Amino acid sequence: MALEQNTIIQSLSDRFGGSVSDFIHIHDILTFEADSESILEVMGYLKDDPTLRFNFLTDVCGMHFPDADKSRQFSVVYHMHNWIDNVRIRIKCYLNGDNPEIDSVTSLFLGANWQERETYDFYGIIFKGHPQLKRILNMDEMVSFPMRKEFPLEDGGRTDKDDRFFGRTTDNYTQS
Amino acid sequence: MEDQTKKIITDAKAPDGFSGEGFFATKLDSVVGMARANSLWPLPFATSCCGIEFMATMASHYDVARFGSERMSFSPRQADMLLVMGTIAKKMAPILRQVYEQMAEPKWVISVGACACSGGIFDTYSVLQGIDKIIPVDVYVPGCPPRPEQILDGIMRLQDMVRTESVRRRSSPEYQELLASYNIS
Repeated sequence: MALEQNTIIQSLSDRFGGSVSDFIHIHDILTFEADSESILEVMGYLKDDPTLRFNFLTDVCGMHFPDADKSRQFSVVYHMHNWIDNVRIRIKCYLNGDNPEIDSVTSLFLGANWQERETYDFYGIIFKGHPQLKRILNMDEMVSFPMRKEFPLEDGGRTDKDDRFFGRTTDNYTQS
Repeated sequence: MEDQTKKIITDAKAPDGFSGEGFFATKLDSVVGMARANSLWPLPFATSCCGIEFMATMASHYDVARFGSERMSFSPRQADMLLVMGTIAKKMAPILRQVYEQMAEPKWVISVGACACSGGIFDTYSVLQGIDKIIPVDVYVPGCPPRPEQILDGIMRLQDMVRTESVRRRSSPEYQELLASYNIS
């Protein structure tokens, strides 16, 4: 029999109580919030429980909300997939803006290695216990975390761009 | 008679000089320039769509071999003309620089396409905003991507420069200064 959403919610709530919350079905996937301290336990349970069987970690990524409350400025999002029943699930963990840290899940899924490195590379989120937490896509000399909102998207070294052609001046004719 | 007048001349044009019965006198610069210009060995450094246009340029239809560049060199040590085609990420920049440094003098650089010339549409943290930020460039070919005709035109413009370049330019203080401004010794 297919794995029902209610079964998942019931099972997680019974096991973890207040550590998991805000269950919502959004964009075709059951989504919930987990305390960042409990991510390893929650993910291990989803993976190893004989009913739930979320055997595959599809994706790890970050989010940044600079205007949110200090304790919820960063988020790590995990997508898991149960191949047997073909059911997916999404987990969100919110992190402190000053000190974004979370346990690495590489002990459960080796495939998380590069995905956590990428999340660190772009958001500066520290994954505790990661075997090799260093930049993966950007150059090693880079000092900023480019997907954070305070970091300008455009390169400062650009010399040939005229603001008049990009609708950035109020008057397109008088700028020198 | 008519066949003779319609004959296409494929020889390189002789430089200016004095000719007479059994002799021809010209400058060493001109002879060396002519030889260099008609035998530029290209090093293609292709990272994206401009590289596809270059493949067409070197294939039979456009045939860059007509300009003395039939031999693609994939070793920088045996190349005269570096063609940079495509977006150069900042992470790629040190590699491009190393390739340039490994080329023997005299060497020339053609920057093909908007991305190599200025960063193109990629005005972003990860992309080098023009290869002239790290190596000197002789000819810029605009376009996104440029058609093979434009790349050929760029090569011909470079040939003009090579043909008229002094044999002493590479040891001139101006050239040393140019390299020094890029921190290349």
